[in-house]
Amino acid sequence: MDVLRLATAGSVDDGKSTLIGRLLYDTKSITKDKLEAVEASSQRKGLDFVDLSLLTDGLIAEREQGITIDVAHIYFATDTRKYIIADTPGHVEYTRNMITGASNAEASIVLVDARNGVSEQTRRHLFISSLLEIDHVVVAVNKMDLVNYDQATFESIKANVEGLAEKIGFKGELTFIPLAAKYGDNVVTPSENMSWYSGQPLLQYLESIPVHKRDDALPARFHVQAVIRPHSDEYHDFRGYTGKLVSGSLAVGQRVSVLPSLKESAIKAIYAGDKKVEGAHAGESLSIELEDDVDISRGNTLVPVGVPHQQLSQFSAKLTWMDEQPLTAGKTFLLQHGVNRIKAKLNSFAHVIDMNTIEEKGDVREFKLNDIGEVNIKTAKPIFADRYADNPRNGAFILIDEYSNNTVAVGFIL
Amino acid sequence: MSALNLNKFPRELEHEAIYIIREVAAQFERPALLFSGGKDSITLVQLARKAFYPAKVPFPMLHIDTGHNFPETIEFRDWLAKESGMQLIVRYVQDSIDQGKVKEETGKYASRNMLQTVTLLDAIEELKFDACIGGARRDEEKARAKERIFSVRDDFGQWDSKKQRPELFDMLNGKINVGENVRVFPISNWTELDVWNYIREEGMDIPSIYFSHQREIIERDGLYWPTSPYLNTSEDEVPFKATVRFRTVGDMTCTAAVLSEAVTLDKIIEEIREATISERGARIDDKRSEAAMEKRKQVGYF
Repeated sequence: MDVLRLATAGSVDDGKSTLIGRLLYDTKSITKDKLEAVEASSQRKGLDFVDLSLLTDGLIAEREQGITIDVAHIYFATDTRKYIIADTPGHVEYTRNMITGASNAEASIVLVDARNGVSEQTRRHLFISSLLEIDHVVVAVNKMDLVNYDQATFESIKANVEGLAEKIGFKGELTFIPLAAKYGDNVVTPSENMSWYSGQPLLQYLESIPVHKRDDALPARFHVQAVIRPHSDEYHDFRGYTGKLVSGSLAVGQRVSVLPSLKESAIKAIYAGDKKVEGAHAGESLSIELEDDVDISRGNTLVPVGVPHQQLSQFSAKLTWMDEQPLTAGKTFLLQHGVNRIKAKLNSFAHVIDMNTIEEKGDVREFKLNDIGEVNIKTAKPIFADRYADNPRNGAFILIDEYSNNTVAVGFIL
Repeated sequence: MSALNLNKFPRELEHEAIYIIREVAAQFERPALLFSGGKDSITLVQLARKAFYPAKVPFPMLHIDTGHNFPETIEFRDWLAKESGMQLIVRYVQDSIDQGKVKEETGKYASRNMLQTVTLLDAIEELKFDACIGGARRDEEKARAKERIFSVRDDFGQWDSKKQRPELFDMLNGKINVGENVRVFPISNWTELDVWNYIREEGMDIPSIYFSHQREIIERDGLYWPTSPYLNTSEDEVPFKATVRFRTVGDMTCTAAVLSEAVTLDKIIEEIREATISERGARIDDKRSEAAMEKRKQVGYF
């Protein structure tokens, strides 16, 4: 059974909770006691409807303020697959949480209120989906019931979003679905009120998205986490390199190079847990034995011999700043790429994005919390990363503050 | 909908959990696996064994024994430690009571659930653990739904939901300051059904109380409580025998039984799929207030 990781962004006003609640209801993923608890809470708050955001806004601060602050994870399963929804806040001040939630998503749902059309929030959500190179974006035009299920309204929003996507440079697949989540129109079942819409309802579309297709087709990149030496009689000479195959596939017998040493050997055995396997795919945790004793340590990468890779020590990247303290040029950090950490310095700023207009602004002196833009970074030793656009699983990094130890930025290599 | 696929475990979740457990071993000096005797922590043991195969698991299990555990749980714990070759460390809530650090609750809802936090924090300090791996899942409860995989606790073991580190892609940042420690949740993304499907596909052993058996119970607040020397009952709470099993395993004083005839994993899975009550619906400790879990987590509970 496969897993589709999905990101949703938006606020209560867009009907996001109603939509998620609908998906949970209609796939029988919410239990009676949880539902009753939400009903009771809604009543206590004096609401005349069941506020499904109470299901997901689990923190005391969120309940106090009636907003989503942090990413919530919601789970449901159909006969086809398991779904993990990272439900993220829509407000601009929580952009970092939105990126956190969306970073593992293969698809995202951008909600648009049919009455209001494209908003600043729509622009930001689409921009972040594009930044993360999410392959499948569903533009859910919700509250169609409040515009009399009018096709022209839907078409005009569609045209606007398509124009926006082109401006942003979004490269994935855009799918538009007119919805009335409150009544279930086009959520799980086709809408009788919108016979002019010939596409799939939301769930049916989600069921059809291929999973991990892109990661599997890319060149193999195996990030080494540790070396296993059992020192037991039975496994006296065993030396297993544990790690994650972040992209591509590997097979027993294949020749691999170790980065950075460039030493070569052939794969003798691959273990998935305690079982030997002949081949492995993107996303799997493995333990690999090589034919030769090669010096390999944590943070190294194994790649197939003959497949190009790049070595970087000074590079441009898109960066999202996530700390309260502004980022200034010359500051040093620990840069983590995969499991590898290296000292790095922020050389210079190229531009920052104005989130209201999605325009680039030059002459930048600092990045404030939630700023997204382009920077230049220098590392103390080379890293073996791909361009994010070529291989997202090997093209992103985080910056860790050396004093607070906090994760303060995420970067996408250009 | 057919039942075929829903009863298959998504292997991707196992790969994710093994990756996380290996990161713990690599990033921390003194990790421990928090073992409760429940199916989630038994699953963690299975995953840890696979993560380091064919070597031994490079960290111990830590069990905080409240003294109110089901005897079956303790028996299973000792068996699993032996079978897995993992070191087992036990610390007792009774010791914290004897030292005057905590006071036993009184009344008919008295339990040692809150008390074990103190024993746990003391054990972390005594044994200098910098990372504790736990079996909490995000689908269990709404405060847990917001928790990161690597969750930093301050000097006092407290969780600050507003100061959580962003967690991007699969890159885990376990760097901490002296005195801080990290709680790690490798099966964050598993649901109750995922755990059961995994147990079945892996052919794992679990304590016998998860399966249907005859037991003496009382009925209170619409739930079935197992009788034990630790449960304070009133005169009108007359014990009776019933065929039950436990869906979640905590202390005998705060875990309710469900009426069930399920004697096999297949039957248990079928039952869970049809259940209209959530797993923690049978946990009396969660029912104290709407934010009961977040409040306990703030002071260091799992």
